[in-house]
Amino acid sequence: MKTLLEIEGLETLLHTGNTPVRAVDGISLQISTGETFALLGESGCGKSMTALSIMRLLPDVGEIVAGHINIDGKDLLRLPESEMRRIRGKRISMIFQEPMLSLNPVLTIAEQIGEVLKQHFNLSYQTAQTRIQELLEQVGIPDAPRRMHEYPFQFSGGMKQRAMIAMALAGEPELLIADEPTTALDVTIQAQVLDLMRQIQQRNRMAILLITHDLGVVAEMAQRVAVMYAGEIVEQAPRNDFFDHPAHPYSQQLFASLPTKQKRNQPLTVIQGNVPSLSQRFSGCRFVDRCNRALARCHDTIPQWHAVSDRHQVRCHLFAQDAATSTQSQQVNTPDVTKNALTRVTAPTVSPLLQVSDLKIYFPIRKGFFKRVAGHVKAVDGVSLQIAAGKTLALVGESGCGKTTIGKSILQLIQPTAGSVRFNQQELVSMKRSQLHQIRSQFQIIFQDPYSSLNPRMRIIEILREGMDALNVDRINHLGIEQLASYNREKEIDALLRRVGLPADVKWRYPHEFSGGQRQRIAIARALAVNPKLLICDEPTSALDVSVQAQILNLLKSLQNNLGLAFLFITHNIAVVEYLADEIAVMYLGRIVERGHIDEVLGSPKHPYTQALLSAVPQIQADADRQFVQLKGDLPSPIAPPQGCHFHPRCPHAMPVCRESYPSASILSATHSTHCFLYQPEPISKNYEYS
Amino acid sequence: MIFVVLRLSIFFLLINSIMPFSPIILWTDALIYLLVVLVAGFIAYVRRHEHLSMPWKRVAHSASGMSALTILLFFLIIGLLDTVHFRPALDHTTDQGKKVYSVEVLSVLDILVTPLRIQMEKTYSAPLATHLYAKDTVELPNGEQARVFTRLEYGGAHLENPEADRIHDIAWRTAKGLAYGIGCWGLLTACLIFILSRRNRQGFIQSCAAIWHRTMEVPWHAILITLLIILLLIGCAMSLATHYHVLGTDKVGQDILYQSLKSIRVALVIGTLTTLIMLPFALLLGITAGYFKGWIDDVIQYTYTTLNSIPSVLLIAAAVLMLQVYIETHPELFETIASRADLRLLFLCIILGITSWTGLCRLLRGEALKLRELEYIQAAHAFGVSHWRIISRHILPNVMHLVLIATVMDFSGLVLAEAVLSYVGVGVDPSMISFGTMINAARMEMAREPIVWWALLAAFGFMFTLVLSANLFADAVQHALDPRTRTLKQRSGLSQHPAKSEKLANITSATLTPPESASRS
Repeated sequence: MKTLLEIEGLETLLHTGNTPVRAVDGISLQISTGETFALLGESGCGKSMTALSIMRLLPDVGEIVAGHINIDGKDLLRLPESEMRRIRGKRISMIFQEPMLSLNPVLTIAEQIGEVLKQHFNLSYQTAQTRIQELLEQVGIPDAPRRMHEYPFQFSGGMKQRAMIAMALAGEPELLIADEPTTALDVTIQAQVLDLMRQIQQRNRMAILLITHDLGVVAEMAQRVAVMYAGEIVEQAPRNDFFDHPAHPYSQQLFASLPTKQKRNQPLTVIQGNVPSLSQRFSGCRFVDRCNRALARCHDTIPQWHAVSDRHQVRCHLFAQDAATSTQSQQVNTPDVTKNALTRVTAPTVSPLLQVSDLKIYFPIRKGFFKRVAGHVKAVDGVSLQIAAGKTLALVGESGCGKTTIGKSILQLIQPTAGSVRFNQQELVSMKRSQLHQIRSQFQIIFQDPYSSLNPRMRIIEILREGMDALNVDRINHLGIEQLASYNREKEIDALLRRVGLPADVKWRYPHEFSGGQRQRIAIARALAVNPKLLICDEPTSALDVSVQAQILNLLKSLQNNLGLAFLFITHNIAVVEYLADEIAVMYLGRIVERGHIDEVLGSPKHPYTQALLSAVPQIQADADRQFVQLKGDLPSPIAPPQGCHFHPRCPHAMPVCRESYPSASILSATHSTHCFLYQPEPISKNYEYS
Repeated sequence: MIFVVLRLSIFFLLINSIMPFSPIILWTDALIYLLVVLVAGFIAYVRRHEHLSMPWKRVAHSASGMSALTILLFFLIIGLLDTVHFRPALDHTTDQGKKVYSVEVLSVLDILVTPLRIQMEKTYSAPLATHLYAKDTVELPNGEQARVFTRLEYGGAHLENPEADRIHDIAWRTAKGLAYGIGCWGLLTACLIFILSRRNRQGFIQSCAAIWHRTMEVPWHAILITLLIILLLIGCAMSLATHYHVLGTDKVGQDILYQSLKSIRVALVIGTLTTLIMLPFALLLGITAGYFKGWIDDVIQYTYTTLNSIPSVLLIAAAVLMLQVYIETHPELFETIASRADLRLLFLCIILGITSWTGLCRLLRGEALKLRELEYIQAAHAFGVSHWRIISRHILPNVMHLVLIATVMDFSGLVLAEAVLSYVGVGVDPSMISFGTMINAARMEMAREPIVWWALLAAFGFMFTLVLSANLFADAVQHALDPRTRTLKQRSGLSQHPAKSEKLANITSATLTPPESASRS
């Protein structure tokens, strides 16, 4: 295979603050024609900066100070800007993470693709239009002649990303740089887009530089993998070698921190600490502070490349010739993990802690001057679920299916339209504000985004005290001694912070001083401050890196074991569900389509949507008998859900009856039920509310 | 507070019995004192809280901002001096032996610039002139009448032979004034460097070098240069003003420099008091509209849309004319002309405040709409925190930067609005000197030949300096307090967060210190 792109010793500085940040610090790599090369790493490791350096599209503060970027022997860094403009989009093009932000909202899709064509080809108007149509058809946009003249807002998220890909392909590039192309998309859409990229690559013999943090995506797409850490590449290998025996301790720890079903009853391995600041000069290995196998010389000698096998290289002292013998024995050792006894306390099944039945939440759409109600967004349309004390129910579904709305309406942050929410036999819906106030401390919520869930103008102590003060959770308040109360509050806050794994003196700081994972711990501490029995976790780890996600999951699990908390875990990440949940409910368009015990649903999914969802999740282990269920199209709008079964327009097994009425529950076992006509429905369809 | 007022009144009573004047606190004076106390309290509060004083320290790092602040301080000092009002005692007493006070209300500034105030000429005279600007009919010693440019009563009156000596005299006095200015500046600079070296625990020479090489965080070089320019100007003006009219005189022979100095207070009062009146409306209505939504939002929105669609000049004119009628029908309520004029000024501030809150209100409503959906507010709801507490603890602190920037920006607009309104004739009382009345008076003279240019130029120069420095300072404040400018500087390019974190990352989450410095878990 011919080498298409060759990067040698690339160094990129970002001039921000007093000392320049060495975002990319001497990386070298080669990409051959027609190959997919994955650049893997956590956030802040310099992956995107590498991509932008190749395109020479660095921000104003960025500067390439050393290295070569050769494409077919031509050094891109020596080209004048006018030459470079002929390369961008023509020989190298790029897809960005956020399809919503990378398309200009005031231009039609055809105009935006036409721009690329105009830049690189001398086409007449007619041929350009035909070419645009071809491109859009190539990326699977239905009804392309009509839709090419639409604006980006008329496209759904997945379609926008397809349009972006079409735009990137317009110049018939030899290299496509895809910077987290599917991170903002749902799993089923992600599967479509990845599949599309694979097809196009095979057809056009194009090389892809795939930048991602998702090991699953790498396993499905890449032929070769490079792991990036703190501005440099630490490991390079063909895909199979990498996934079979990751060599660098960082890669190994990354794998170990992935939640899976097999690790259910043990804590995940966590990588302590954070990526080091890139503004310093390193005198040793960059990973040494977080490494569980660090040697003495790792601190003072910069590791060089060592070959593990023919094409597998690693930058680690463990693989130096003299250390090779000892490595073999060490490799077998599992990382040193403090396995605190995670024996699950199985409480006898009593009456459920939370019982939601037939919950409906409709948002009115108002129109006109008098705000007449013109229709409803049926965000949640008849959902029933229950959680026993100390158990975890996972609510799984794509974005926009109403998961978060359910969470908020259980907390009565959103007033349900109909249905009931019973907590400890008390009806919460239609309860007065003052009555509700008294039991609010029993259920709390953790949000997805740790950056917006803490008030930036309040110190940690104030954040933690707020809930305690508002709900008066103080055992000594009846003493009436203010001084003592406030002293004890502080003690309690210290204990809380220690419980979530933070030192007590952080309470005087502001949220902006903490990293994402630490903020999420503070958010958990805030929820715990009022001694809840039920925690609603709304995608608490989806904004975090894999290693940090492991820390938070461990924390949640140990809290559940020690405090007997029940979780309603709202997520779209199946791996987390497998690791954490006892029961699972799969949602599609405001309704639960399948629910059951975790082994039942994940082991033998019955509803076609569940099957499709599970098969769309990128897998690390290649599974021979795994079959893809490719879903067509996108999630329909909840304003006008399809007639009959909501899923029938995308369902591979759709039958005529599916178009007519919504299927009632089919009971498959005592705990497992689904709503699908493929299975014999329950004779008494009244049992709809039973789980 | 009451205690302080009591103490003050006792103090005044004492003064009353001994001193040859009776202190007067006009309405606007009281409000200015209140504002000074509030600002002092705010500064003290900010100084005690590290996190609050941090952004303000960044204001001090901007060269243009600090130069502007230096100029502003001089304006403020003049304005405050002009705020301390009293009525001087007259020489005679009443039959009961009580002192009689003048009907004229004076301020400390008036006393300081007494020569400017009392040296009235007959009519126009050009800056630094020795003769009137217009010919006057005089009777010659031989009984004949002639039309000549008569000598001024005060301007250059000490000169025997004005034609020959004037230039020489002015140059000499200017040089003397410049020397005074440099002397004062040297003294102040020495004091400043001494304080700085004490605070930084370094030698005097070291501090000088640090300032000279611009290595200090605070741009002292810029401040000192501005100070030098101001002191030179003041020095010149002081040495010349005793014997000349530096900026000429107006139609009735009053010194233009005096008028300009007196106008500063009016401009400052309108700029600050209006903001003070406007803020409660904007804050309360804006935040409640955005936070509660629903019908409350509708009512508030319709209110300000309605108010906005009435031409504000019309509203102001109607209100001011109504007040005018009230004042004229109740002459017994006002002891002096000054208190009448002052009431009108206050009323103008109020009416300007009532018509100008809509802009900020709309801004705050939008911000509150955004904030109420944020997760930390949702979390507070989940804790059952009361609405009032959420507004005061979560929303208000997070919109304060907007309020601050908007008010400083509004200040210059209001100073200009006063000039425009006085020009239209619905501004301050004609007896009150303001930039508006000065411009209004000078307007007539622009058409005459030879042109009288100095009145307009003086008003323009002072107003320009005041508004420009206020704007520059506001710019510096905005730059330092706006979290986005910092975030952009630090974050640009580092956009590789996975998933949705970057998209949702709060703009205020600027990482001032790298996360590594936070304690490890």
